[in-house]
Amino acid sequence: MNVHEYQAKELLRRYDVAVPRGIMVTTAAEARKAAEELATPIVVVKSQIHAGGRGAGAIVADGAEAARIFKENLKDEGLPEHDKPGGVRLAKSPAEAEEIAESILDNLLVTKQTGAEGKTVRRVLVEEGCDIADEFYLSILLDRSIGRLVVMASTEGGMEIEQVAEESPEKILRKTIDPTVGLLDCQAREIAFSLGIAAEKAGDAVKFLKALYNAYVELDASLLEVNPLVLTGSGDLIALDAKVSFDDNAFYRHADVKALRDDDEEDPKELRAAKFDLSYIALDGTIGCMVNGAGLAMATMDIIHHHGGKPANFCDVGGGANAEKVAEAFKIILADENVKAVFINIFGGIMKCDVLAQGVVEAADQVGIKVPLIVRLEGTNVDRGREILANSDIDIIGASDMTDGAKKACEAAGVTG
Amino acid sequence: MSVLLNKDSRVVTQGLGATGKFHLQGCREYGTQMVAGVRPGKGGTDFEGCPIFDTVAQSVEKEGANVAVIYVPPPGAADAIMEATDAGVPLIVCITEGIPTADMVRVKRFMEGKSSRLIGPNCPGIITPGEAKVGIMPGYIHKPGRVGVISRSGTLTYEAVHQLTLVGVGQSTCIGIGGDPIIGTTHTDAMKLYNDDPDTDAVIMIGEIGGNAEETAAAWIKENMTKPVAAFIGGQTAPPGKRMGHAGAIISGGQGSASDKMEALEAAGVTVAKSPADMGKALLDACEKKGVSVKD
Repeated sequence: MNVHEYQAKELLRRYDVAVPRGIMVTTAAEARKAAEELATPIVVVKSQIHAGGRGAGAIVADGAEAARIFKENLKDEGLPEHDKPGGVRLAKSPAEAEEIAESILDNLLVTKQTGAEGKTVRRVLVEEGCDIADEFYLSILLDRSIGRLVVMASTEGGMEIEQVAEESPEKILRKTIDPTVGLLDCQAREIAFSLGIAAEKAGDAVKFLKALYNAYVELDASLLEVNPLVLTGSGDLIALDAKVSFDDNAFYRHADVKALRDDDEEDPKELRAAKFDLSYIALDGTIGCMVNGAGLAMATMDIIHHHGGKPANFCDVGGGANAEKVAEAFKIILADENVKAVFINIFGGIMKCDVLAQGVVEAADQVGIKVPLIVRLEGTNVDRGREILANSDIDIIGASDMTDGAKKACEAAGVTG
Repeated sequence: MSVLLNKDSRVVTQGLGATGKFHLQGCREYGTQMVAGVRPGKGGTDFEGCPIFDTVAQSVEKEGANVAVIYVPPPGAADAIMEATDAGVPLIVCITEGIPTADMVRVKRFMEGKSSRLIGPNCPGIITPGEAKVGIMPGYIHKPGRVGVISRSGTLTYEAVHQLTLVGVGQSTCIGIGGDPIIGTTHTDAMKLYNDDPDTDAVIMIGEIGGNAEETAAAWIKENMTKPVAAFIGGQTAPPGKRMGHAGAIISGGQGSASDKMEALEAAGVTVAKSPADMGKALLDACEKKGVSVKD
């Protein structure tokens, strides 16, 4: 799960990580008040959406403009700059902060990462200006290949780390953490020195880095990225931006973190699916998929694509799919108006095909399906399962195997494979 | 014969809730020696004739357990793995889905230098057809034979096994290595086991998006593998940045795409199926190329 920058900074502050003072607001009048309260010569008004590239992005009034700017100015590297105001702007007075907030709030922000549709900005963070002497990059993340956390630091602040890794990998310092002892002082010192921090400030830098590491561990984060990490004129480190993602599997011990989810940032269909313990991801094709098991669900998308169709979604109903769950999955899949056909691909293991077939029939009956329904069943009690489908009143196109099912689904959706 | 698991394996079950009990019976019906269960505080009782102990160590001492299978819910699963490790159980199979990554970081560190091997977590388990099954897979779809199966997924593995069985190819051992970001036994580890197993003639590996374990396996195969290998990678159409069901199945930071994995495997001489319906066929093609016969 991702959170907003203002939420990430509030969490980091709890762990004594230095972040700028800031106030999150939802109206222009509040933005003015926030700027007055901060009382610094300059404040920064920062759009709060779950996507990067906000500063270089464009505030636009409607979707058509968002799509145009995305295509002409943002989508790829090397495109000409747009002439729209960005999503992160400086204000020299409370009145200007109000003006900027007014122009941002409830408008669309389109960035390199939002996609062509952009995202509606519902909140802005008004933050004190910061005296920037130097900018760095710092992140903590899991290295899957060794099963350990690594801290990555680079002098190339503000740049995307993937780009630095490609162009000048020697500028990235990586330190692997042994979980039994955590980030060591000597490792933190090495990072501080590699960033060129003055010897007399190294002790403070070590404290800052260890606070960041503690925050990562204690919050069960899955990524913590500070870009830029700023060295102020007085030689102190401060997290000017912060991106934190969390491990959903650890929510049972972090109810407070789970509560930070912003439903506005999530796909409504995905949210609804999560409530019913279904794993669903919306895609842009025309063939709805319902599958048991994540691996087979991915493979089902692949085989549809292989035969010329496009999957409308990823949907794993899990091993223990009953009629209620299948019915809910149907409703979510069919709520997508692009769906021209639904392909159900089930490999019954412990869960028997006859039980699953019964579930499909009941659910289809309950929901009332108006698009062609293609069902491929295999596994335990498959004959009884197929019999149930054949004898039902529901109009079902049976498929003998995955290829047959995918081809029939493509055909039903009007795609010639 | 087989790798890791055979008819002499003696299995202790950790986590005897409804799921653990159901699969203890299923594995026993398949012919596996389910010799013990562990339920702290219930030591001295039994479940359907299977003695229950307070600790894994007791089950090792009293019943000679040498495989542990874990169904303990996520909050206690890491502890269960480490308990089995501490008791010196050589093979630990963790079925549990949803263990926090931070817990697995600690588990992985704890197991370093110890003699136990972990399979999973978030996996269907391991089966040596005709001899023993430890996990939640339907036993009957398997058929004894000479092809090793390695997979990060559950139902997609059943699909692959089903295809193999349909084309008359049996399996030596099938290992579900699990769909989490941190797992005990990787594609490469399993590949090494099969390469050294005199009773495995060919291997099919099923990977998916996320991480670079398939690329690592490809590099190892290129240098070391003497037996034919076929592969399929799930998630060729998955969008970047989205977790596709499995906690580990995500393309992030430009890493973990299916196309990178497929290219690496092909470059290593592996026959890669483009469609998941062609997994069985890919295996036969790989065998034919190397002049190996795996059919009955």
